[in-house]
Amino acid sequence: MNSALHPKAALASETVLSAQGLEMRFGGIVATNCVNLDLKKGARHALIGPNGAGKTTFINLLTGVLQPSAGRIVLEGEDISTLAPNERVGRGMVRTFQINQLFDSMTPLQTLALVVSQRSGLGRRWWPSLGHSQQVAQRCEELLTKFHLAEVMNQRTRELAYGKRRLLEIAIALACEPRVLLLDEPVAGVPAGEREELLQTVAALPADVSVLLIEHDMDMVFSFATRMTVLVNGAVLTEGTPQEIAADPRVKAVYLGHGEGAGA
Amino acid sequence: MQTLSAQASLLQQSRIKPLELVFWLLAFAAPVLTPSHALIINEIAIVALFAISLDIILGYTGIVSLGHAAFFGLGGYAAALFAKHVMPDPMVGLAVGIAAATLLGLIASLTILRGSDLTRLMVTLGLGLILMELANKLDWLTGGADGLQGVVMGPILGRFEFDLSGQTAAYYSLSVLLVFFVLLRRVTQSPLGATLMAIRDNRLRAMSIGIPVNSRLTLAYTLAAAVAGAAGALMTQTTGFASLDLFEFHRSADVLLILVIGGTGWLYGGVAGAIVFKLMQDFLSSITPQYWMFWIGLFLVVLVLVGRDRLIRPWTWLGTGRKGQS
Repeated sequence: MNSALHPKAALASETVLSAQGLEMRFGGIVATNCVNLDLKKGARHALIGPNGAGKTTFINLLTGVLQPSAGRIVLEGEDISTLAPNERVGRGMVRTFQINQLFDSMTPLQTLALVVSQRSGLGRRWWPSLGHSQQVAQRCEELLTKFHLAEVMNQRTRELAYGKRRLLEIAIALACEPRVLLLDEPVAGVPAGEREELLQTVAALPADVSVLLIEHDMDMVFSFATRMTVLVNGAVLTEGTPQEIAADPRVKAVYLGHGEGAGA
Repeated sequence: MQTLSAQASLLQQSRIKPLELVFWLLAFAAPVLTPSHALIINEIAIVALFAISLDIILGYTGIVSLGHAAFFGLGGYAAALFAKHVMPDPMVGLAVGIAAATLLGLIASLTILRGSDLTRLMVTLGLGLILMELANKLDWLTGGADGLQGVVMGPILGRFEFDLSGQTAAYYSLSVLLVFFVLLRRVTQSPLGATLMAIRDNRLRAMSIGIPVNSRLTLAYTLAAAVAGAAGALMTQTTGFASLDLFEFHRSADVLLILVIGGTGWLYGGVAGAIVFKLMQDFLSSITPQYWMFWIGLFLVVLVLVGRDRLIRPWTWLGTGRKGQS
């Protein structure tokens, strides 16, 4: 089995992020129903489920955009359930958005310089200019090159093509130097040519960064993930290796059924 | 492959341009070149300072306000009362005005953290009204509707007496404007300033890259209040008079108009807007003292419909019109 030979398997014992009995109610509707999920150190974990299964709600709970009705979130041994979103980012949990959330009036260079400055604790500096620190500028250059944004770095973000905007969306998250990275459908809407690059960048993340991927594209999920959780109607249906999930008849019934039908 | 120069690009944006130096040299030469206009130069400098303070919250941070005069008025009254009852030194009075407005800004910032733009418009408008009625009611302190009379200022730095022609006043206000302009220019081009613009552009993402949004909003609002307080203090110190007019709604509205004229998110926008607005007001009210607002109103309608960039380039009106039709 491929995943057993994976070098990251050695690290797999240590839990980095743990959701314990997370529950979210909107009025009478239970969007997230007692979800437990452990993310191991260095994991490449995928969260799948049909539309409306509560995947994005779950991410919003983890990042603190929503406050859970019940349950706890533990990041590296610390209960972060009550922390504000920005404080969770400070502790290394970073997300990307399914719909691009960018700073439209800034350029990609300014955006990344801001994010890198904020991450290195320079976000409160008010006298030196944004370009003052050489380390920040160097880090920006690395990121711009890595994400193929160098040639558009001085254009306004609102004028960029969709593919570039998508790359910037991911670049912002990586500029935060995450230890836990939550990717919400990272390749959604990315043209085929740029998709490969994006996938390679995600795959090339340092081994100690733990990734939770939400994705509809099954090819991507199976090529990327070493562990999968299936969410249905706000609750965990099952969890296992990609092979186990692919073989699970319940998963086929609710989620992969139509895919198998098309394949057969 | 071309070499990247991220740092050079970033520094390029914060470089001081020659035109800026020319502008400030002209501004400081103006009171000597046209001594008869020193009073209006003084007034323009004060209104420009007030306008850039509003731009910090409106243009750079995205907080709308219809009650910015609250801070202007409080700074003005604080400086005037201090001169009348404690000591007449202008610099200390200015510091007192700034301190009072800063404190109010810090407290009032709690009211703008939540809610939509409409909520903020109403809350800030309400604050302006509250302050004005307080000044009206506390007439034993403020003189009420008669205003605070008998404010006599000492010489600036113990040397420069305020004169009747207003030259000293103009230089005083221009200097304070320049100091705050340089300060705010640094702030807006710093990492801190970038975090404010990030909040303006996308609050959700700003939070998701670790920016403490609420404390930054508090900071921006308090800073803007402090600068507005400085402008108010300059106003009462250079006119030797404080009245309820400082708190009037039209002050908050005028300064918004000035930013619409000059452009937001650009410190020179406040300065340019103040020059255009004040000169236009001066010119129009000398022709038609009662109905000058008509022309200001007409100008605004045209400005907003035609757009600032096209209005100052009349030769583009026809061209873009055709492009719009095709």
